[in-house]
Amino acid sequence: MTKTRSLRWSLPTLLLAATANATDMPLNMTKGVTEISRQVYDLHMTIFLICCVIGAVVFGIMFWSIVRHRKARGVQPAQFHESTKVEILWTAIPVLILIIMAIPATKTLIAMEDTTQADVTVVITGSQWKWHYKYLEHDVEYYSLLATPKEQIVNKLAKGENYLLEVDRPLVIPTGKKVRFLMTSDDVIHSWWVPAFAVKKDANPGFINEAWTRVDEPGIYRGQCAELCGKDHGYMPVVVIAKSPADFDTWVNGEAERIAKAKAEEQELLAMNMGMDELMDVGERTYTAYCAACHQPNGEGLPGIFPALKGSSMALADIPGHINIVLNGKTGTAMQAYAKQLSLKEIAAVITYERNAWGNNTGELVQAADVYAVMQGKGE
Amino acid sequence: MALKHQPLTVKLAVIALAMFGFGFALVPLYDVFCDLTGLNGKTATTAATADAAQIDISREVVIEFIARPNKQMPWIFEPEVRRMTVHPGEIHIMNYLAENPTGRFIVGQAVPSVSPGQAALYFHKIECFCFTQQKLDAGKNMLMPLQFYVDPALPSQFSTITLSYTLYDVTNGWTESTAESTQLGE
Amino acid sequence: MSAAVTDHEHDHEHHDHKPSGIKRWLYTTNHKDIGTMYLVFALIMFFIGGAMAMVIRAELFQPGMQFVEPNFFNQMTTVHGLIMVFGAVMPAFTGLANWMIPMMIGAPDMALPRMNNWSFWILPFAFLILLISLFMPGGGPAFGWTFYAPLSTTYSGDSTALFVFSVHIMGISSIMGAINVIVTIFNLRAPGMTWMKMPLFVWTWLITAFLLIMVMPVLAGAVTMVLTDKYFGTSFFDAAGGGDPVLFQHIFWFFGHPEVYIMILPAFGIVSSIVPTFARKPLFGYASMVYATSSIAILSFLVWAHHMFTTGMPVAGALFFMYCTMLIAVPTGVKVFNWVATMWRGAMTFEVPMMFALAFIVLFTIGGFSGLMLAITPADFQYHDTYFVVAHFHYVLVTGAVFSIIAAAYYWLPKWTGFMYDEKLGQWHFWCSLISVNLLFFPMHFVGLAGMPRRIPDYALQFADFNAFISIGGFLFGASQLLFVWLVVKCARGGEKATAQVWEGAEGLEWEVPSPAPYHTFETPPHVK
Repeated sequence: MTKTRSLRWSLPTLLLAATANATDMPLNMTKGVTEISRQVYDLHMTIFLICCVIGAVVFGIMFWSIVRHRKARGVQPAQFHESTKVEILWTAIPVLILIIMAIPATKTLIAMEDTTQADVTVVITGSQWKWHYKYLEHDVEYYSLLATPKEQIVNKLAKGENYLLEVDRPLVIPTGKKVRFLMTSDDVIHSWWVPAFAVKKDANPGFINEAWTRVDEPGIYRGQCAELCGKDHGYMPVVVIAKSPADFDTWVNGEAERIAKAKAEEQELLAMNMGMDELMDVGERTYTAYCAACHQPNGEGLPGIFPALKGSSMALADIPGHINIVLNGKTGTAMQAYAKQLSLKEIAAVITYERNAWGNNTGELVQAADVYAVMQGKGE
Repeated sequence: MALKHQPLTVKLAVIALAMFGFGFALVPLYDVFCDLTGLNGKTATTAATADAAQIDISREVVIEFIARPNKQMPWIFEPEVRRMTVHPGEIHIMNYLAENPTGRFIVGQAVPSVSPGQAALYFHKIECFCFTQQKLDAGKNMLMPLQFYVDPALPSQFSTITLSYTLYDVTNGWTESTAESTQLGE
Repeated sequence: MSAAVTDHEHDHEHHDHKPSGIKRWLYTTNHKDIGTMYLVFALIMFFIGGAMAMVIRAELFQPGMQFVEPNFFNQMTTVHGLIMVFGAVMPAFTGLANWMIPMMIGAPDMALPRMNNWSFWILPFAFLILLISLFMPGGGPAFGWTFYAPLSTTYSGDSTALFVFSVHIMGISSIMGAINVIVTIFNLRAPGMTWMKMPLFVWTWLITAFLLIMVMPVLAGAVTMVLTDKYFGTSFFDAAGGGDPVLFQHIFWFFGHPEVYIMILPAFGIVSSIVPTFARKPLFGYASMVYATSSIAILSFLVWAHHMFTTGMPVAGALFFMYCTMLIAVPTGVKVFNWVATMWRGAMTFEVPMMFALAFIVLFTIGGFSGLMLAITPADFQYHDTYFVVAHFHYVLVTGAVFSIIAAAYYWLPKWTGFMYDEKLGQWHFWCSLISVNLLFFPMHFVGLAGMPRRIPDYALQFADFNAFISIGGFLFGASQLLFVWLVVKCARGGEKATAQVWEGAEGLEWEVPSPAPYHTFETPPHVK
């Protein structure tokens, strides 16, 4: 694929390259891996073919007329300009065709909207610019972020196979079971879309929407956010792994255990002090993943939209204030509350990083215990 | 010349102005439309009366509770149970736990949403913390009650109703008097 | 100023005097001058909006970020859309209406000439404000031309106030223009010009004007609510305050769908004028054309939520909007069949206006087919917000509305300038445009079906080849339009003299006045047989 890129300078070569690589990109809608997605595909193809036939007939007559009824052939124009019979006919026939189209469409739609009798329910929350998944029946919830490194996006590294369609923690669902999705949003409207399931539903802030799927085949299915949700709308992929029910149970139980353990460890961490290097290291990683989208990797923000951290009084003076805004966010702005998204260690590290990077050389260390103190209301 | 055109011009200008007003009238019209069709799962913003109809013990409906603080809302906010099986007509009380872990006083407003949307018409709240703004001092917690019943007229295709609350921080602009009188959507 | 205008009007009544220099254009109340200004303005906006499209296509030429930041990319898609819709297509149609409607119905001028002057001259300011907003800290509007709340309220930049102000001015301009068209058609038809004798361009514009005064105020309401939500603490669209973000989409599309027909009905009128001329045969089914246009206009108020199937609506609602949308295919089909029947057994020649009109019929119909596919709710879940939609509306708006405007320009240029345009250059322009526009938009169907969402600055690797292809088509299409500018300038400066009738098969009052049309026409109304 990368090979053709260098060739892409003349149109003929391009045409050739595109045909040669046709297998790289599907030209049509995916059939998907669910009963519903196949129905949608069939519906799409039916309507498409009907349109092709109508187009062939109408354009056929038109081109016939263009070829035959040219002045250059010396024809005399006819003068007819109406025919009630014909006009009724070409109103009635389309109506019939439309009714034929509407019947399967209605059936599929009703099947799609039936969310009852679900085996697993996942609450999906869109947030600028990541997805949050929460299993209603289990103590498992996590954020799912784009995993493509920045270097690939800015063309410093070769792009991987799943460029922009890879996440750090995919959603995992069991095969053969009815999985119900409840969509909502934390900020603007997002839209959760996996083409292979034919599921696309908007996540509206303050409201919930439902969709469901039943996946036949284990596999990895990729999609994207489909509703413009701000700057990084293009960097909000969806990855779903479908596992057999047994594998799913193992995974979900393991995950619940892991999350419980991490919470317990967090309490122990309070007594520990981390060194500058470790804090800066963890801090930079956390900053890149969670903060850099708005405040930018160089800490300068985007004037007029996202404030700079570099040289800001918040990041140079007021430690409790700084901790507080990271923990609790700022109402009425895009600044989110990270208390529930990040661990105490990550919050401590990212604050340390922000206070010591890009020439913000305060030399101050913020430890998990400091963060915990503010969380408990003692820091203010 | 101009006089000849005046009546029609004025009429058309009035239509344009009326349509500007109609744009705003769409706001209440939309609410009426939602109430009639259950569009978007909006529930009633005022209390239902408690004189519930006959309890239908032959039917069971699962109610799911989802509670989520908005991302700018630092409260911890959770339902006591995630699921409850009820008979239509029965009155139930469900508690939500709210905790303000921060060092400042915060006012919250819960926004309800029901899915499937049409079921919202059959989900009646006799008492709900979402009817008013809730305030919580630093470090405090409280139980917030919801008293509800499911209308026995609920169409049979609905066997599960999901009730979601999103909790927003509305401390800005809060005053004692608004807390007394504010009712969402009024 | 008012004194100057009065003097000027006074002058009109006696001789063909017109002030020279900038004052002529600033103070003019002449429908031909104003029409020209609208058309030139639209052409300039077409190139500014087009330049933004070139930025978009340059960034999308290859995967990865090369030229612009995602935030700027979003500003480009937003402002490109706003400029093309409100700055290029709508003013171009208004310009054509100004030039042609009085001449077609035998009126001396538009009914409200001073308002006409105002409705044009506020327009440049609206777009100046919009363009200036791009240079604000944080940039211009970046929430898409559909400005969905809360992205355009709580989460938008400081330029939102300028955006709102700008849209208000555009709206006022359109409404004044529409009122003028309606009053002109109602009150100034020449004796004998009965309703069912009016050329279809006049009919379609009359219906368009009614749509405009019905829906532009609703848009004004929507932007006002965005403004108060953002700056004055209301919560129309904010769930925290009891509002609903989905409500915004209902209000927007209540405007937005009729808006789509505002941009295509005059195109139907143009094509219905051109096809009979070059087929040398009367338009087939004149009456059914009028009824079809009216029913499309009425149905356009009942289909808005087909833009919102994924927002979550009850099945009954989705079905209602699906059926109504499918129904629109019937009157639209009638129109296409009528055009084909007009050509049937005619004696056709293929000058540039006819070529663009024929391309319109085929390519607009392709856009109609994809529209029908989009109406099918379950399939729409897969198409929605992908490049399939982008392909659909560009077929309808570029090869539809824009091609019809270009066809109209070629058709009436000899009447406006008094000279024939360069036919050979025009054919070059046509063929370059036709090929490049399909290179540009046709592959978008494929990338959309393959799963590429719209409004993204960067994409997965499987879309790379087609996007490079699309970008090349885009650059070629942009470059082809330079031929058009060259041709128009050339034609305005001279060439073969045009006759009054210009085209052998042309019929109608506008072809009875000399070419170029005198500054004042039909000061004494003609009698229509």
